[in-house]
Amino acid sequence: MTSVIDRLGSPAATGLPGPPASPRIPRKRRRRIAAAAMVAPTVAGLLVFYAYPLVASIYYSFTSYDLFSPPRWVGLTNYEFLFTSDPRIGNAALNTLWFVVVLVPIKIVVALAIAGLLARRTRGSGFWRTVFYLPSLVPPVAGVVAFVFLFNPGSGPVNVVLGFFGIEGPLWFSDPALSKPSLVLLGIWMMGDLMVIMLAGLLDVPRELYEAASLDGANGWQQVRFVTLPTIQPILGFSVVTGVIAALQYFTEAAVASSVASGQASVGSGTASTLGYPGDSLLTYTQWLYARGFSNYQLGYASAMAVVLFVTASILLVVAMRRISAFQPEEVS
Amino acid sequence: MTQNRTLRLTVMSTVVTGALILAGCSSDSEQTIAESAPEKLEGTVSLWHFFSGREAEVVQSVIDDFEAANPDVTVEVNSGQDDDKLQKVISSGGNIDVGLSYSTAIVGKFCSTGAFVDLNPYIERDDVDMDDVLERTLDYTSYDGVQCTLPALTDTGALMYNKTIFDAAGITEPPKTLTELHDIGMELTTFNADGSIKQLGFNPLVGFYENSPSHFAAMTGASFLDEDGNPDFATDPAWSEVIEWQKAFVDEIGYDKLQRFTAGLGQEFSADNAFNVGKVVMNMDGEYRTAFLADQVPDLDYGVAPLPVVDDTPDLYGAGWLGGNVAGIAKGSDNKELAWALLKFMTTDTDAVVKMANGLKNIPTLHSALESPNLEVSDEYRVFLEAAQHEHSVTMPATADGAAYAESFADFWTTYQTGESADLEEGLTELDAQIADAFELAGQ
Repeated sequence: MTSVIDRLGSPAATGLPGPPASPRIPRKRRRRIAAAAMVAPTVAGLLVFYAYPLVASIYYSFTSYDLFSPPRWVGLTNYEFLFTSDPRIGNAALNTLWFVVVLVPIKIVVALAIAGLLARRTRGSGFWRTVFYLPSLVPPVAGVVAFVFLFNPGSGPVNVVLGFFGIEGPLWFSDPALSKPSLVLLGIWMMGDLMVIMLAGLLDVPRELYEAASLDGANGWQQVRFVTLPTIQPILGFSVVTGVIAALQYFTEAAVASSVASGQASVGSGTASTLGYPGDSLLTYTQWLYARGFSNYQLGYASAMAVVLFVTASILLVVAMRRISAFQPEEVS
Repeated sequence: MTQNRTLRLTVMSTVVTGALILAGCSSDSEQTIAESAPEKLEGTVSLWHFFSGREAEVVQSVIDDFEAANPDVTVEVNSGQDDDKLQKVISSGGNIDVGLSYSTAIVGKFCSTGAFVDLNPYIERDDVDMDDVLERTLDYTSYDGVQCTLPALTDTGALMYNKTIFDAAGITEPPKTLTELHDIGMELTTFNADGSIKQLGFNPLVGFYENSPSHFAAMTGASFLDEDGNPDFATDPAWSEVIEWQKAFVDEIGYDKLQRFTAGLGQEFSADNAFNVGKVVMNMDGEYRTAFLADQVPDLDYGVAPLPVVDDTPDLYGAGWLGGNVAGIAKGSDNKELAWALLKFMTTDTDAVVKMANGLKNIPTLHSALESPNLEVSDEYRVFLEAAQHEHSVTMPATADGAAYAESFADFWTTYQTGESADLEEGLTELDAQIADAFELAGQ
């Protein structure tokens, strides 16, 4: 790199008169200063917007802090309340875990399956790729609102169609038992971005590997198990990691679905009155964290929740990565 | 060695850059109150509020009056600000002079921490006639003796009923007790051939539109907190009574049927609100609904009556709930005198309050405004005006934990009505304990 800069940047290389050399600041030091100045904004950004909030959250989690008054050290009180007294955190945590365990795998499997179908270069494949990708361009709020109306138990077209076949449609977003599965349907509909990544990965699998496997007598499933999955293992790993993180932070879709399904959606009114509707079934951990921190101004407690979430996410990701590594092909000596 | 120098330089540059970033994030200001109000007002003052569209124009018309009375003053109005955002900016010390919020839940925290400055010194200095302010509204605009907000109109509730459907059923009087509400509600409920609900006399589900626990409290006189500020849900028998009445009502129709019917209804603030289209005959609702009805279904023949009350408590009849907009001066205000002048005008000037009440169809919070000949009062609206002044109208007490206790209670009741938890008394006792813990955590 140095040689390139020297060649292109030196006055001799460009033929232009260079700045007068400072007798006091050697050239190498000037370069170091320039490098430090250029790196500084990025490092400062990382420290101020990543490292500081992380450390501050840990500190605030041991305090009573409401944004207005200076934080007051309370030791483990926030954690004690979190694990023993908070009336809604149990539901919030279980709902979030449900999305991690159910939504993430289903989205990945469906995205992989559809990508597998679309990877075949057949006539019209471009059209179908567009069709499956388009929903992911819909803003999440608009998508949720549309879905809640489509699945409206009383007047939604889904139940109307089911009614034609003599089936009494369920309550969907208004039934605590079905509200989360309804959001899974929404997640599947909007999995276009994941599907595109899977498609790219599948198209990148060398055809020779399939031919070799076929010659060795591998059937279709065996080709998937021993060729496709190991080859796209990094993509699967990426999908699981980003999916788990997204599920742990699941907020917008659940909050909007609660608001619209409760019949009390209005601009600017916040989500406090519709939080978790129906019956806390859509109350996620991050919604409760937000409500505690910014509606009830308990930033200390919200920080404790954030720390617990951080630790949980780290553990889940380690477990997920280990599971995925099971697909790693064995080293060939 | 070279690497160390580069590292040191990077650290120094980073510290300088970080300090600049943090410096840009921080601001604070302190201002002491003058001994007398300024003789002449001049300068710029900002007002943040959540109203938009037609309602924002109403607020603007009052601001125009303020500017006309004070030609050297410019009011920068930030309308349509999400209430959550407004609160965050105020709480973080942002340069807002006057903040108008609909959330009474913020009062406890904002008063106790100084996010909204204490108005008592200004009120005393300018000898503001606080006797003119509706006494009950002072309950939710102050906390622990600190009057950090003033009421800027309030909401209250009553029972709205569809006269056409009442007439067709031969019902001449709206219900006055919970028993009558149940009986008439059931009489006016009709079903389709498949057993689903076609028309609902009254929707008893908690969570439907305005069916919140605090609104049910107005029917029973139930209290949220006892005299010591402890949760009162298990100890006040009025709660058990109304919850059991409501649960029995739900069970009689069927929770699933109600839920299915409710899910198919229009949004509360849309033109296809269930009351607008006659799918629900009687609704608990606020005075603002009269403006919505006039705009959305001007031909609807409806009546307004006080909320039905528990059978043996006729003295409660006529009461409603009270809770409305609160306005305060943010701690970050650079010009608190000007902010106070604007706030005082909007909340204690009779003509300004009447003008806003006429435009927004909310309840004035001044006695002088309620008695003003300029206040536009229809027969329907009059019921709400009387409810607002009723001695038993309920307000939700401000706490350091905001409205979290009410949300916990609503959550409990919403679950209870599904039939998941059987023992009401045990559940309410557990709820009280949880809320008490939450109060302790919040420093109540």
